Amino acid sequence: MGRFILHSDLNNFYASVESLYNPEIRNKAVAVVGDEEKRHGIVLAKNYIAKSFGVKTGDTVWEAREKCGKTELVCVKARLDLYLQISRMVKDIYREYSSRVESFGIDEAWIDVSDIASTFAEAKAIADNIRVRVIAEIGLTVSIGVSWNKVFAKLGSDMQKPNATVVITPDNFRDKVWKLPVEDLLYVGRATKKKFERGNINTIGDLAHTDPKYLRLILGKVGLDLWNFANGKDCAEVSRSDAMEKVKSFGNSTTCPVDLVGNDQVKSVIYMLAESVAERMRRKGFYALCVSLWVRDNDLYSFERQMHLPYPTNVSIDIASACYKLFLEYYTWHRDVRSIGVRVTNLTTGEIQCDVFSRISDLERQQRLETTIETLRSRFGYNIIKRGNILMHEDLSILNPHSAPHIIHPVGFFKAK
Amino acid sequence: MKKTYVKVLTEIDENGKKTPRIINFDGVEYVIDRVIDCKRCASMRVGGIGERYTIRIGGKITYIYYEGDKWFVEEK
Repeated sequence: MGRFILHSDLNNFYASVESLYNPEIRNKAVAVVGDEEKRHGIVLAKNYIAKSFGVKTGDTVWEAREKCGKTELVCVKARLDLYLQISRMVKDIYREYSSRVESFGIDEAWIDVSDIASTFAEAKAIADNIRVRVIAEIGLTVSIGVSWNKVFAKLGSDMQKPNATVVITPDNFRDKVWKLPVEDLLYVGRATKKKFERGNINTIGDLAHTDPKYLRLILGKVGLDLWNFANGKDCAEVSRSDAMEKVKSFGNSTTCPVDLVGNDQVKSVIYMLAESVAERMRRKGFYALCVSLWVRDNDLYSFERQMHLPYPTNVSIDIASACYKLFLEYYTWHRDVRSIGVRVTNLTTGEIQCDVFSRISDLERQQRLETTIETLRSRFGYNIIKRGNILMHEDLSILNPHSAPHIIHPVGFFKAK
Repeated sequence: MKKTYVKVLTEIDENGKKTPRIINFDGVEYVIDRVIDCKRCASMRVGGIGERYTIRIGGKITYIYYEGDKWFVEEK
């Protein structure tokens, strides 16, 4: 029995939701932007009119306005909670067709309809039906790619926008897919594209015709995967919607309202982020053995460094002090700091073994203290109790790492496999 | 057209099924004769997503939306 997989992509998702709720901006250039006061003021999404002026995701608000010239660019503040809620409603529609619905970020999903379709015509009819329902019930348009593998289904959904179904079959993929530029293929980013250019691989067809041994040589195992993708040999399954992904890490990051200019300020932010990470770990009953720190300077250059802890922990003070140590070791202050992220990996649950020099009672005491702080905050609000070093930096005190929803970004395709 | 939230007298049965009975619009009460249909729908005209009830008031067919926990009509 053949496989029939759809990839559905909500067109200009954030901007479309805003236009749905404000009909008066529907025919204007619209950009959804982050909070300018908190310096998240970049374009997160735009509609087709804004796109026609060259507005790109990641532009600063003033850049985007400049591109639109005399035409007014309507900038609306992002409402992530609303987008998450609507994304859930759309995915509930998908789940009426299949139990295998795999999200790829907030606005994309694969749907395996092999159980209810036996030909590409039937799969296309299902895709068309989904499109009609999403417009009628949610008021948004989707582009759907239909194929026998996930990679070509995703390609199909990118080929025609908005509101279209594109079918890629084993008979037509050579005509439809092979002429596309190689960077359209999932997992071909800037670095891979450069390597391909050196080997004169410009289209997906070029990639499909390249000797896999050569690809392995220049890219390693990924080279073989990409060769399989280009030849329609990807056989990754669409995971079941009820399958919970195993938790591999906890993390939180923030862009600060002002650039950080000293170690003290950085320390404060690290502690704040570590508190939120530790709280979530405790709630789920995890301990971590590895801590990573991510730093981005005000030139948008970023790096990540990690270190192992001597014993598994889920208290903020251990996570924060390890991160701060990493910061002191690796940051040279060539520029001021714009964003910081704290992440823990190498997770364990249950019995913890401490080394002979660490006292388990210290860990327990610290856990009790932090749980008490959490209880206070849940009853009286986040600001009821703060670390002393936060109060020394008033500019930073508006940061609340708990207030933002923890968004699930698309996991790497290879990780998802 | 504009989105206008309205006060609605609603009946909820033992299974949780909602039936709008009387709409209070600008202080005037309109009795709903019949609920003809109910389905999830986006209101493209005034913006919003909710359960759209197709209702008959005094022989005229119109819509009323239940969005989140509020009722709205598409005011002409």
